[in-house]
Amino acid sequence: MDFQGRDVVSINDFTLEEINYILDVAEGMVPAAKGEEVLDLIPGKILAMMFYEPSTRTMLSFETAMKRIGGKVIGFSDVRATSTAKGETLADTIKMVEAYADVIVLRHDREGAARMAAEFSDIPVLNAGDGAGQHPTQTLLDLYTMRSELGYLRKKSIALVGDLKYGRTVHSLTYALAKFGANLHFIAPEALQLPPEVVSHLEKRNASFEVHEDLSDVMGEVDVLYVTRIQKERFPDIEEYNKVAGAFRIDTESLTGAKKSMIIMHPLPRVDEISPDVDGTNHARYFQQAFNGVPVRMALLSLVLGADLGVLR
Amino acid sequence: MRKELKISAIRNGTVIDHITSGMALKVLHILGLDEDPPTSTVSVIMHVPSRLHSFKDIVKIEDRELKKREPNRIALLSPHATINIIRDGEVAEKHHVRPPREVVDLASCENPNCITNSREPVSTRFKVIRKEPMVLKCVYCGREQDVCIERLE
Ligand SMILES: Nc1ncnc2c1ncn2[C@@H]1O[C@H](COP(=O)(O)OP(=O)(O)O)[C@@H](O)[C@H]1O
Ligand SMILES: [Mg+2]
Ligand SMILES: [Zn+2]
Repeated sequence: MDFQGRDVVSINDFTLEEINYILDVAEGMVPAAKGEEVLDLIPGKILAMMFYEPSTRTMLSFETAMKRIGGKVIGFSDVRATSTAKGETLADTIKMVEAYADVIVLRHDREGAARMAAEFSDIPVLNAGDGAGQHPTQTLLDLYTMRSELGYLRKKSIALVGDLKYGRTVHSLTYALAKFGANLHFIAPEALQLPPEVVSHLEKRNASFEVHEDLSDVMGEVDVLYVTRIQKERFPDIEEYNKVAGAFRIDTESLTGAKKSMIIMHPLPRVDEISPDVDGTNHARYFQQAFNGVPVRMALLSLVLGADLGVLR
Repeated sequence: MRKELKISAIRNGTVIDHITSGMALKVLHILGLDEDPPTSTVSVIMHVPSRLHSFKDIVKIEDRELKKREPNRIALLSPHATINIIRDGEVAEKHHVRPPREVVDLASCENPNCITNSREPVSTRFKVIRKEPMVLKCVYCGREQDVCIERLE
């Protein structure tokens, strides 16, 4: 498998074998991600972070990941301080930045920005979120978390809860889980259910899935409860929002009947979707999940930069 | 004598035949033939019984041969159209339009937040994921969309 020089724009750019390989490499990165080991896999390489939209978590974990494998980081996260404020196009900025660095991580407010940037850039571009579009490293760290907790994903019951309509990252995760052969459950109010085109893609791929409106329908059988944020802006009025948000809020009571081994995930930051009293249960995995972003991004950066991974094994 | 010719025989120009039934006016629109002031005399024949597809539309344009990219645009609306160039009252050339596999720089993306709708120096590009009726998928933002004449460039 050859990853050197490749862009990471969408999770769909990877085969199932490639995804599994990336996750395997990420496992080998864990000691260094925790600071228990020091790696120097890519001496002298420089990562340019181009963040046109703020995202503390993604930015910090990429920065940590690059430094943990021995690289250096430059970049910006405040567009007002760059020439973009003076009207420079993304295409021009990319042509300039590629001369300063060996790999680019891009976060942008427009869908398709990363695909375009990858076309203009000769060095690899990693998409750290393009508007409401793709966020492949989030998808990979979600898959990594599930795989490391459950061992494998085939025939495992995975429930996606909350806003399944607007979140493109949820759609990408859905396709990836279908590739892994998981049994999917979609739990959302009618207004926020999966869009028809996503459902028809799943049908075409013979994915196993069920649609529910009530969490308690599946609580006893699921292995993973993946909770997403329900955004106030999606609702015509606050009352409607409160009603829906209340019905899909996870607290210790709503977990009655759950398998002991069931894990709860959330891409964070959460607002009210998961009550803090769940944090102390042995179901909560969202903080672990956030940490997993580091080894996963270490793996991706090493792979696209062509690091020699022999030392990991 | 062929009965279609009774309606409007032309000496020189273009006959677009086998247009998907109901699409003739849209074809005129993307060729700019519905503009004011008019540039050519145009005959439109709609809902003609056809052997291949139960009905078709036909458009006849006098004294105008199609420009280079125009057939590609017609294919977006009507994947089975034939383009007949008439010279001296005879069919001098016949081309079948072909539904493209990719649509490059012909239509804009319906997603207002797509990178192709910003100031970036990038052409639009769509994969054709369904031929009839045509459904396009933006290579950049991933949005699936119908062909809409307002967005043809
Ligand atoms: N001189 C002409 N004036 C107007 N229409 C014509 C003329 N010659 C041919 N056509 C039309 O152009 C189309 C293609 O003509 P032709 O190649 O003869 O038929 P077909 O494609 O059915 O075999 C038909 O719709 C026909 O009626
Ligand atoms: Mg005929
Ligand atoms: Zn688009």
